[in-house]
Parts: sequence; C-alpha cells; structure tokens
Amino acid sequence: MKNVLVLAPLAVFAAIAGAFAVGLTRDPSAIPSALIDRPLPEFDLPPIQGFQQGLASADLKGEVSLLNVFGSWCVSCHIEHPVLMQLAASGAVPIRGLNWKDKPGDGAAWLARLGNPYDRIGDDPEGRVIFDLGVTGAPETFVIDKEGRVRYKHTGPITPEVWEKTLRPLIEELRKA
Amino acid sequence: MIPEIGHFALILALLVSLAQAPVLFIGARTGDEAFASFGRRCAYVLFALVALAFASLAYSYIVSDFSVINVFENSHSQKPLIYKFTGTWGNHEGSMLLWVLILSVFGAALARQGKAIPLELHALTLAVQGLIAAAFLAFILFTSNPFGRLFPVPADGQGLNPLLQDIGLAIHPPFLYLGYVGFSIPFSFAVAALIRGRADSVWARLARPWALAAWTFLTIGITLGAWWAYYELGWGGWWAWDPVENASFMPWLAGTALIHSLRVVERRDALKGWAVLLAITVFSLSLVGTFLVRSGILTSVHAFAVDPTRGVFILMILLAAIGGSLSLYAARAGSLTATGAFAPVSRETALIINNIFLCVACATVFFGTFYPLFIAVLTGKTISVGAPYFNTVFVPIASLTMFLAAAGTLLPWKRGDIVDAARRLAPAAGAALAAAIIVGVFAAKAKIIGAGMIALVVWLAAGTLTDFTGRIKLFRAPLKDSLARARGLPRAAHGATIAHLGLALFAFGAAGISIWKNERILMMTPGESVAFAGYDVTLKSVQNGRGPNYEAERAVYEARKNGARFELVGERRFYPIRAMQTTEAAISPRATGDLYISFGENTGGGWPVRLHFFPLVGCLWWGAAVTALGGALAMSDRGRKPAKAKRTAIAATSRAEAAPA
Repeated sequence: MKNVLVLAPLAVFAAIAGAFAVGLTRDPSAIPSALIDRPLPEFDLPPIQGFQQGLASADLKGEVSLLNVFGSWCVSCHIEHPVLMQLAASGAVPIRGLNWKDKPGDGAAWLARLGNPYDRIGDDPEGRVIFDLGVTGAPETFVIDKEGRVRYKHTGPITPEVWEKTLRPLIEELRKA
Repeated sequence: MIPEIGHFALILALLVSLAQAPVLFIGARTGDEAFASFGRRCAYVLFALVALAFASLAYSYIVSDFSVINVFENSHSQKPLIYKFTGTWGNHEGSMLLWVLILSVFGAALARQGKAIPLELHALTLAVQGLIAAAFLAFILFTSNPFGRLFPVPADGQGLNPLLQDIGLAIHPPFLYLGYVGFSIPFSFAVAALIRGRADSVWARLARPWALAAWTFLTIGITLGAWWAYYELGWGGWWAWDPVENASFMPWLAGTALIHSLRVVERRDALKGWAVLLAITVFSLSLVGTFLVRSGILTSVHAFAVDPTRGVFILMILLAAIGGSLSLYAARAGSLTATGAFAPVSRETALIINNIFLCVACATVFFGTFYPLFIAVLTGKTISVGAPYFNTVFVPIASLTMFLAAAGTLLPWKRGDIVDAARRLAPAAGAALAAAIIVGVFAAKAKIIGAGMIALVVWLAAGTLTDFTGRIKLFRAPLKDSLARARGLPRAAHGATIAHLGLALFAFGAAGISIWKNERILMMTPGESVAFAGYDVTLKSVQNGRGPNYEAERAVYEARKNGARFELVGERRFYPIRAMQTTEAAISPRATGDLYISFGENTGGGWPVRLHFFPLVGCLWWGAAVTALGGALAMSDRGRKPAKAKRTAIAATSRAEAAPA
C-alpha cells in the first residue's frame, strides 16, 4: 500500500506532463478547426450601456470585417487599442467589437477614455457568444468574409506587424473574392 | 566587444556548471574535502561569470547599444535612464538571464554556508543546484541568447512598452524571481535528503531559512504585481485570477505549507516524507510558472514570449527536474521514517490540517488554471475559467484556513488540550461576534458577507494576539517580566505572530475593496463639482503637459470633506514612439481608504470622469508588507541548535561516515 502511495505524485505529474506535451503541439493562435470557413454561430447581442446599436451575426455579412473581443479589464487590449484606433481612422476595415465580461458601464467608460474604434459593439457579459466562438482570452480577433464566415482568428493583440504581414493581405484577398 | 564578453562569460558559466555537479557528487560519495571545496569554488565562479554576463547586457542597455538585437527590440534612446536599466529584464532573454543570475547568487550563498553543514548533505545540495544552473544556462544559450548582434546598426530602438515604464512593474519580476528561484534551494535539499535516504531536524533547520527567504520574496513580488495593476490599469483591479498571476500564487500557497511543515520536521522529527515532497512540489510549481509565461501553452495577457521551441526545451527541463525528483521520491521516501509521535490534538495535527487546506487551495487554483488545457487536450474544445470559479471555490477554503490559523498556534507541541484552547479563544470569539454585529447593523451594503469577513479578520487577529500575550503572560506577570519573556521567545514565534497579524490586515483590506467599493461615472467640465462618497469633488482644470518621452493631458481635482481640502492630479499619457496611451489615476490615500479618480478623452461635452472610493485598500498593501516582515523575522531565526558538544559530534560523525574506510 505504502509503495503505491509514494508513486502517486509521479503518476499525477506524468498525467500533467502528458497534457502539457499535447498542449504544446497546439498552436495557441489557431482557431479550432470546427469554425474555420464555417458561418458564425447565430447571435444577437444587446448594445453596451450608453450605445444604441448592438451586434448580431447578421450584421457581419456583406463586407469583409474584423470581429474583435475586448474588455476594459484586459491589459493587452490597452496595448492593442491604439492600433485599432489607427485602423478605424484610416478606414482600412470596419471593426466590430464584442465586449466581454465587463460590468455595465465599464466598457463604455473605457471607450470614452481611450477612444472608440468600433462601428458596432455587442455586450456579452456572461460570455455566451464568446463560448460559442471558442475564445480563449482577450484580445482575440476574427476575420469575417462577405458571406459572414470565419476565415481567420488571431489571438493576442494586433500589432502593426500582425496587421501588415497577416491581416491586411488576407483582407485584400477576401475582398477580391 | 562588451556583448561578446557577456556571451563568452555565459558559455564559460555553462561549462563551470557542468563541472560543478559531477565533482560534488564524487565529493559526496567519497567524502573527499578537495572535491567538495572545488565544487564550492565552482559555485563562486559561476556567480562571477553570470554577473559579468548580466552586467554586459545591462551596460548595453544603459548606453543604448542598438547593435545588440535585444536592446534594439526592447529599448529606445529617449527612455529615462532608470527604465533603460530595468529594460534589461523587461524582455524574455534578459529576464531569463536575471533568473540565472539570481540562481547563481543563491548557489554562491549556499556554498558559503559549507562549514555549518555536514559535508555529504552540502555537496549533494550544491550539486543539484549545479544541475539546475546547467539546464537554464543551456536554455539561454541555445534558445534565448540575449547577445545576438545586428548589422547595419539601426539609428534607434523600437522602444519599450510604456506600460512597462513603471517602477512597480520594473521591480516586480526581480522579486518574483527571487521567490521562484529561492525555492530551488529547499528543492536541492530535498533531493539531497532523498539521495542520502535521510532527512532529520538538522536538515529541516538548514532548509527552513531558505524556504522562508524565498517565501518572503515571493510575497513581496506578488504584492508588487497587484499594486501595479491597482494604480496603473485605471479601474483599481488588483487581482484577476489570470493564469500568470495564478502561476505565482500556486508556489506561494504550497510554499506556505512548506514553511509550516519544515517546522514540524525541525521540532518533532515527523512529517519528513511530506516536507520533502512539498519542497519538490513548490519548486516544480515555480518551474511551471516560468513555463506557463513562456511557452504559449495557455493563452494569457501576460505572455511576452510565445515560442513553442522554447516550450519544448522547458518541458524537457520540467521532465528531468520534476520527473527525476519524483522518481527518486518514489524509490526512497520509504526510508524517511518519523521518530516523533504526537497526539491527535496537538500543534503537529494543527499544522497537518493547515498543510492539507493550503494544498487543497493550491490544487483548486491549479485545476482552474489548467482546466481549459485539459479539456482542450481531451475533447478539442476551448473554454475559459474565470474569476467566478476561483471566488466560489478558493475563498471558502482560504477562509477556513484563516479560521484555523488562530486556533493552531495555541496548541502546544506533542499533546494539546482542546478544551483549554477553546476557553482561551473565547474572548477572540466574542470580539469576532461583536465585530460581526457592528458590521451587520451599520454596513451600507453586503451586510451578511461583510459581517462574516470582518468577523473572520477579527477572529484571526484576536486569536493570534491571545496566543502571543499568553506566551509572554501579559497582565498576568509584571510588565518587566512580560518584556523579558517576549525577548526570550524565538524569532520564529515572533515571525509567526507578525505574519498572521499581517494576514488578518490583508484580509481586512481585501474585504474592504471587494465588498464596499464605491463607483460613479459622469461627464465633467472644469469648475464642475460632484458629491461622491462623502467628498465634494471638483474638476479644477485639464491641461496639456509633456514628460520625458510622452505627452500628457493632466487633470487637477480638488476634494473637500469636513472643511479639509486636498488636491489630486491624474494623467492620460500618450507615448508617440509606440502610439500608446496609459492612464495615471489620481489616487489620494485617506484614513479610511483611497479616493481614486481616472478620466477619459474629451469627445465634446466634457471629460468622462470615473470616481472610485476603495475602502481599506491601504490595509491590503500594509498587510502584505507585515506578512513579509514576519517571514523575514522567522528566517533570521537560526532554529533551536543542538547542544554545542552534540553538534560538533554530529558534524564529526557525518564527516567521518562519509570518509572512505
């Protein structure tokens, strides 16, 4: 009995290490294959406090757009924010926001403080749509094509480099299609 | 030239660390003092070489040598000097170099202790340290070299994230690393004990100060991170159960269990196998903490180096260190038998229960942090676990642990009397009940949960003081006698008292900020006033200003209460080099809490102003500081030394035993 017990820590570690090893083979920025090239899950979210327009999956059809998950609590969203502001100011691509896990008013206050790059924002305080989208953390950004299908997911803040090297070429290609 | 010297020093350091371990293993095996002293010198040389490498990198940062890729990517000539220097570890490569520097400092300090430790134990412990150093030096040289060059030399650097240009965030990682890395020494002691097949009270007395030092640094490091989040993020959040925060909290929880269990080994020669297992666990969690930030295995807002190659390397280090030490544990733990027996009601039992609770708390954090990963591996689905899980599961366990902490210190070693302890705790229970009633009657909101939390805080503080005043017989003996008794108490006892009081103070602050915070958002123009949380707050002016490398919009507020008036200044900063904005909230610490104001961009019609009142938040920081002070005080306790003649005899026999026949 005692011999079995002293082996327990090793067994637990082996299981954890196995999970780490498998986890390492996953690209953390890759979307679960189930969603890529598939239509967005249907949703219709209310606006955040102080805004008129909410966000529905139907709003994401007709043109190539970005769907960006953000929260006022998220440090990397602060880092990403000026890049989104520049994209919005230059009219490069319409950006739709998904405000995640914010208390009423927090998201609006955050945007009032730093500026608003989004043309529509849906409020998802409980993370229902976030769950359906398989979001692992904020910020996360989906590239949505004209038919409203998910074509790409970027995890982490969009930097100027990510925009130039990955997102912009993809968006230009999707516009031609 | 300077970076090449650093690079070369690092290569030499790897070679020295590769020599250190085998030489010391031979020394431990044969008891040959020549091998042991060679090994000790390896530890000193290792420190000198790593320090030289670190100094080279720091120099390149200070003089803004942009021919070094690492400096080019993470620094900028326009940055204030202090942040050029702290930028040395504000990136992956530099932070790993700092990690190894701290490891080599601990290694050299351990080497200096050589005379006081039986040769075999010392040599084995230092050998394990050498192995860890070798693994991490190889990791740096093969995957994360900070000394790579760039040609042509760029005119200027790519700046540093302005969020990182902050003194709180600059000194947060060094303290965190002092904690993580400090736990490598109890780990090495544990591995050495397993190799020898012996852990005794001498072993625990030697390992305990190191564990306490690491624990104290980790306490400070975690607090600095929370403090930074509080004043920098603009909404007063201080803990978000983010994976990286959890990564530093798990070794803290397990480390807290370790410092308590080592006390049992030292005093009572029991729980040895458990203490050894804990020492291994704590350092394993520290390694996992390092792993978590750098591998991209969990997506986290903190990850600044997402690179699977490095992840594979670190996974190999984890497998060797944790898998190796746990295999050794499985093979040898049977030989660590306890000699001290104790009754079911005793200090020993109380500390075992404390250990169980702390480990369960640690396990719940671990589970919550890694659950998304396990689910992803098993089902391919991606989910997230947030603060609600942690608050529901962790807070009750933590509360229970604090509840029992007050009772545990009152029980004597070996055999206690539960009726006597209950009788002595009656006043503390009365005080807690009175506090609960006062809160229940007068609190503006959250009466029940608030009453419960405050009662717990009062209970812990009063119970701790009951124990302390009982030991020094305060008011029962003449004051002079009591003072003499207080002086006579071991520093470890004072440390425990202070740390438990600090914990109560911390919990008081945590209850205040999470239960009774007050908040209001409105549009204001200069000259406008608003009544908030008992204050009259006026926005006096908003003006543009300029800092060393940023432009700022500066808001000046005036607050009045009962005739007293004071000014607060807050800023929104824009850093043109990275096109980023940061918020410097206006914070004014008052007697009952912080008045905390941040403001946003004027979009016409005034500035959006967000007012907060965070009650008791000062207790949060001071409580953590007092807790750390308790740890430092306990660390300075050398423990109960065996009688002098006996100690010499022990040292002599262990050296003689180790000598070749």
